[in-house]
Amino acid sequence: MNNLSNNALYHYLIGMADDALVLGQRTSEWCSRGPFLEEDIALSNVALDYVGRARMFYQYAADVEGLGRTEDELAYFRDEREFTNLLINELPNFDFAFSMVRQYFLDVNACLYLEKLSLSSDQHLSEIAAKAVKESRYHLKRSRTWLVQLGQGTEESNRRMQSAIDELWGYTPEMFIMTEAEASLLATQVSVDRKDLQQQWSATVTADVQEANLQIPDQQWQVVGGRDGDHSEHLGHLLAHMQILQRSYPGLEW
Amino acid sequence: MSDSEQAVFDRRIEAEQKIEPKDWMPADYRKNLIRQMSQHAHSEVIGMQPEGNWISRAPSLKRKMVLLAKVQDEGGHGLYLYSATETLNVTRDEMNEALHSGKAKYASIFNYPALSWADVGAIGWLVDGAAIVNQISLQGTSYGPYSRAMIRICKEESFHQRQGYEIMVVLAKGTAMQKAMAQDALNRIWWPSLMMFGPHDSESAHSGRSMQWKIKRRTNDDLRQSFIDQTVPQIKFLGLELPDPDIKWNEQRGHYDSGEIDWDEFKRVISGDGPCNRDRLRHHKKADGDGQWVRDALHAYHSKKDAVSAA
Repeated sequence: MNNLSNNALYHYLIGMADDALVLGQRTSEWCSRGPFLEEDIALSNVALDYVGRARMFYQYAADVEGLGRTEDELAYFRDEREFTNLLINELPNFDFAFSMVRQYFLDVNACLYLEKLSLSSDQHLSEIAAKAVKESRYHLKRSRTWLVQLGQGTEESNRRMQSAIDELWGYTPEMFIMTEAEASLLATQVSVDRKDLQQQWSATVTADVQEANLQIPDQQWQVVGGRDGDHSEHLGHLLAHMQILQRSYPGLEW
Repeated sequence: MSDSEQAVFDRRIEAEQKIEPKDWMPADYRKNLIRQMSQHAHSEVIGMQPEGNWISRAPSLKRKMVLLAKVQDEGGHGLYLYSATETLNVTRDEMNEALHSGKAKYASIFNYPALSWADVGAIGWLVDGAAIVNQISLQGTSYGPYSRAMIRICKEESFHQRQGYEIMVVLAKGTAMQKAMAQDALNRIWWPSLMMFGPHDSESAHSGRSMQWKIKRRTNDDLRQSFIDQTVPQIKFLGLELPDPDIKWNEQRGHYDSGEIDWDEFKRVISGDGPCNRDRLRHHKKADGDGQWVRDALHAYHSKKDAVSAA
């Protein structure tokens, strides 16, 4: 890596890539486990979008790093302490309500974030964002529909959705924390100021949650640390699964 | 009256015209189709499990995407086939129930486990390869919706088979460990793939009627022979050993001869004693059970909306 701004860009890209890969891996766990076949297929589509997004960010990160590493080396040969994804992305699926509420919270943010990132002064980043934001708009349409349908559905579905909101709420503030790398890339308009998005995110989520006959929790709490490699215990298991073949037989073509 | 309906039906079958959902058809024709088509649909859906077992562990991001897309396609095939079967006045719930009670079957190949990454390659290559041989012939099946589903499915299956074979090519050209992994997968999956074509023609319970009605267009043994003939050169190209020492080119027949299938194993696995029979059904029932509240909620939501718009 030849200079400080490249170093910041690399760390920024790795965070974005890890976010996408970890959520893609989680979402792919729904394949053959969806509540009905059509939804199973749709969830696999969302997972595919995220793994595809991860590849674009890793490939770019590898270019920026300039050490000849590949997307797979970045995905398969880093440990959990080196992964810098948001904690909310690594939490297990628990139930369909949990996955859908998580997806909804992330989709609202992704649409706001990627729209801004598509105006990045970094042309490659802006191209990735322009592609990804189209996917995220579609994901949001789906996850918002689920939020409303399940919130308004039965007593049980309402209870499960409320419980998912309560359990996930404290993981949402991390979406708006700027890393050092991100902050340093703001001046050149490469990155996006996450803090600027928080108010609009809250307003949108509050309105949608109300429409779904659900409540925003009164109690404010937050767990953070993913961007610094301080993860939950869940990530290690996810990576152990994902990395097993590459780690067992390093350096082979598959 | 029913005589003339029967005569019209017979003439249409004779003239290679498709039977459509609203046409009159003999009760047994309908029953036979429901059996075969729902079994086909269940096979696509249960077939998501063995390969799905490797999505989380796929050895590169590209392989992960291709596999995920492939397993998703299988779900899509299940969907077309369920929809096509529904045109025969049977519901998805009824088909699901028949699967769970064991009344409806699925391809017995999926009662075998996917134990290594090479199995993902071998399943795409051999299992999808065998399925294509069967499905190409079913494009000409006499029931219109089934025929159209097959035409659509065949296009995607040939992509699946290529991706499976490509995994095998990479492994066969790889290290000794990778080559051994590929050989082991071929040895295990070869015989169950041959069993996919069903019992010998002389033993097949449903074949006679199905051929007569042109639901099936080629016999089990005929299809199996085509599969063997197309696959043996592919094994040789990979540089792997033939999984059956009796495979030999027969100049006179113009086909490969091969050894006898272990029909006891075939019967054992079909009747429930395969390595994964219980796992496959448990997995499907669990997903179905876990999703019940979601389906109930969706139903309740739409009922409320309908009530509001009616008021």
